[in-house]
Amino acid sequence: MAKTVVLERKPLSLSERTYLPQIVTGLKTTFSNMFKEKATLQYPEEKPQLPQNYRGVPTLVNDPNGREKCVSCQLCEFVCPPKAIRITPGSVPEEDEDREHVEKAPQEFEINMLRCIYCGYCQEVCPEEAIFLLDEYSSSGYTREEMINNKAKLYELGGTLPDKHYKWDKKKDAEVEGNAH
Amino acid sequence: MISKGKTDQVTINLDGNDVEVPAGMNLVDAVALHGKEIPHYCYHPQLSVAGNCRMCLIEMGTPMRDRGTGEAIVEEDGSPKIGWVPKPVIGCGTNVSPGMHVKTESDLVTDCREGIMEFLLVNHPLDCPICDQAGECRLQEFATDYGRGYSRYKERKNVKPKRTRLGPRVTLDDERCILCSRCIRFSQEVAKDDVLGFVDRGSFSTLTCFPGKELANNYSLNTVDICPVGALTSTDFRFKMRVWFLKETMSICAESSAGCNTLVSSREGVIHRITPRRNDAVNDSWMTDSGRALYKRIDSDDRLKFPLVDQEKSSLEDALAASISLLKDKRVGIVGSCKSTVEEQYLLNRLAKETKAKKYLRGHFGEDDGILLSADRTPNLRGALITGLASSYPKENLNLLGQALKKGQLDTLIVVGEDLMDAKVDAELLSDIQIIYLGTHENATSTLAQVVIPTLTPFEKSGSFVNRSFFLQGFKQAVPGLAGLLPDISILVRLINELNGEAELSSDLSAVWKMMARSSTSPLKGLSFSDFKKDGIELDGSKWDELPFVEQKALHYEPTAELTTD
Repeated sequence: MAKTVVLERKPLSLSERTYLPQIVTGLKTTFSNMFKEKATLQYPEEKPQLPQNYRGVPTLVNDPNGREKCVSCQLCEFVCPPKAIRITPGSVPEEDEDREHVEKAPQEFEINMLRCIYCGYCQEVCPEEAIFLLDEYSSSGYTREEMINNKAKLYELGGTLPDKHYKWDKKKDAEVEGNAH
Repeated sequence: MISKGKTDQVTINLDGNDVEVPAGMNLVDAVALHGKEIPHYCYHPQLSVAGNCRMCLIEMGTPMRDRGTGEAIVEEDGSPKIGWVPKPVIGCGTNVSPGMHVKTESDLVTDCREGIMEFLLVNHPLDCPICDQAGECRLQEFATDYGRGYSRYKERKNVKPKRTRLGPRVTLDDERCILCSRCIRFSQEVAKDDVLGFVDRGSFSTLTCFPGKELANNYSLNTVDICPVGALTSTDFRFKMRVWFLKETMSICAESSAGCNTLVSSREGVIHRITPRRNDAVNDSWMTDSGRALYKRIDSDDRLKFPLVDQEKSSLEDALAASISLLKDKRVGIVGSCKSTVEEQYLLNRLAKETKAKKYLRGHFGEDDGILLSADRTPNLRGALITGLASSYPKENLNLLGQALKKGQLDTLIVVGEDLMDAKVDAELLSDIQIIYLGTHENATSTLAQVVIPTLTPFEKSGSFVNRSFFLQGFKQAVPGLAGLLPDISILVRLINELNGEAELSSDLSAVWKMMARSSTSPLKGLSFSDFKKDGIELDGSKWDELPFVEQKALHYEPTAELTTD
């Protein structure tokens, strides 16, 4: 074992014994900050400016024609690390003229916000660009059930995003105009 | 078809290495034996060779011979000179021959595969997010393994009907079809129901049913399994669950004594589909459609979910205690089941010994389709013979039991899964006796029973069946049983242990097998459950050759000689 060396403590000087120099130094820091620009926000009255790539709540979006983009491929359910997503797949009836050529859509789509870790894998994996993490970050509720976003809630949160693909419109064009074969 | 009975090996040169392969074997299969892959769509080892997808193009050559003398031509270094076929040939249309040289990795072969993949993908829709085949799709796999990786196609893709009904259980997505014709050949060669064909030419080509016919035979869903893409889809499974979520369990179909090997696919304890598992000695790669629907019985309305004593809901402990009081020092009869596993039948036979019971067994018979639905509609009649539960061939009725009841010879009857009224036993005769019913589903007998103990379906337990060719095949539990229920063998073991304090049996499957394998006269001698978990074992059934088995000649089954002359 190492030998313990007892150091002699120097006696405090007079000014040190009054503590005044230390108080003055501390107050100097305090007062200098009063005149600087504020670093904090008055949350929740004030909301922070979020960066473009901020990952908030995952939502479902419609295409510019107002049709749901999700085809319930369940890749997000598969990739979701905390298993927050739960999809019940369903098929779209052939007679539905508003959704021509679309065969599959989710019957129910649930994201458990108590489980979600906002990793954004679902958005990254989505082959139809139907799921997006928006800049909404504060969700709260009184019960656990309230914190499970169902399909209606997800579409309400997501709304419509601009989309250049028009996948189903292209398919319709191909059918109408056809090929030379 | 795979050539059978040829065990001699020949040497071929595969990508520069000499390898041994069975003589006459199809090149695609022969190459697979040595860990190499010749990608293919239209070739199926159990169907005829069509050679229309061209995906299996390879380079092939044979040793050259002098035309005049017939002598082998040799290179300067003494090795045989190889005459390469100037153009690539299809692997599936080639059988191996001695000295054959094959290149599966050359630049030409790679180019061919890229070209074929490009042609196949020209009009193939980008449906993978909604396609049920995604995850087990040959087109997806080969596109990543052998495709070019990008598309040069700028034109519009063809639009074809997406949900054509081919039959009650099969839906066709025309756009996805790559025209491999496996389904057509299957219908002709295996199902013997020639209803499918191609019509129109070029990119208009589509698969269709012949006019006035539909794909309705009991094997139609096999076309869905062998479809290398997502063109043929099961109407039942369509859009229900993605395949990568499914956990596959090796199982045995309990529909009939054919004993098809199956894979039960489940997710989180819910079965979504049943598909056949290849076993060239039993069912090739096929199974019946009716066998695939069996899982729906798991949560049917008439499923017994909790024990009943005097038709009142009770605990399992009370039900077992009530059974014991009905069995102790009583004249007992036992109606066993050919639907029970070998282990259950053995234990039931043991229970019969403990209670000195009379044993009865009933068969369930139907029409034989000559393929994989045999006339014996129970999976394990031969198990009952082997375990000694039955000494004679069971009949469809239980007249012997009826006579015994009429004479008042019985006090208590243990019934396993059978409906006595359905087996021609008069309901009035049952009013004087006590019935203990063990079964999965409610029936007229269970509603009369004093004690009802629910048991598990084959999907919820492990065990083994002996099929029509005396193949002992094991199956594993695919999904958990209903909450609070015990496997059948646990219930039987507890009854035996209660009745005989010295028995001290264990309900562990391997322990039960240890007991069964002890008997020196049984065909099960020396076996353990792990011996046949993957592949079945053929048992010696010659002892029962004389019995009037009802099965007719079918796929991989020949009735014993005496009966064919009947």
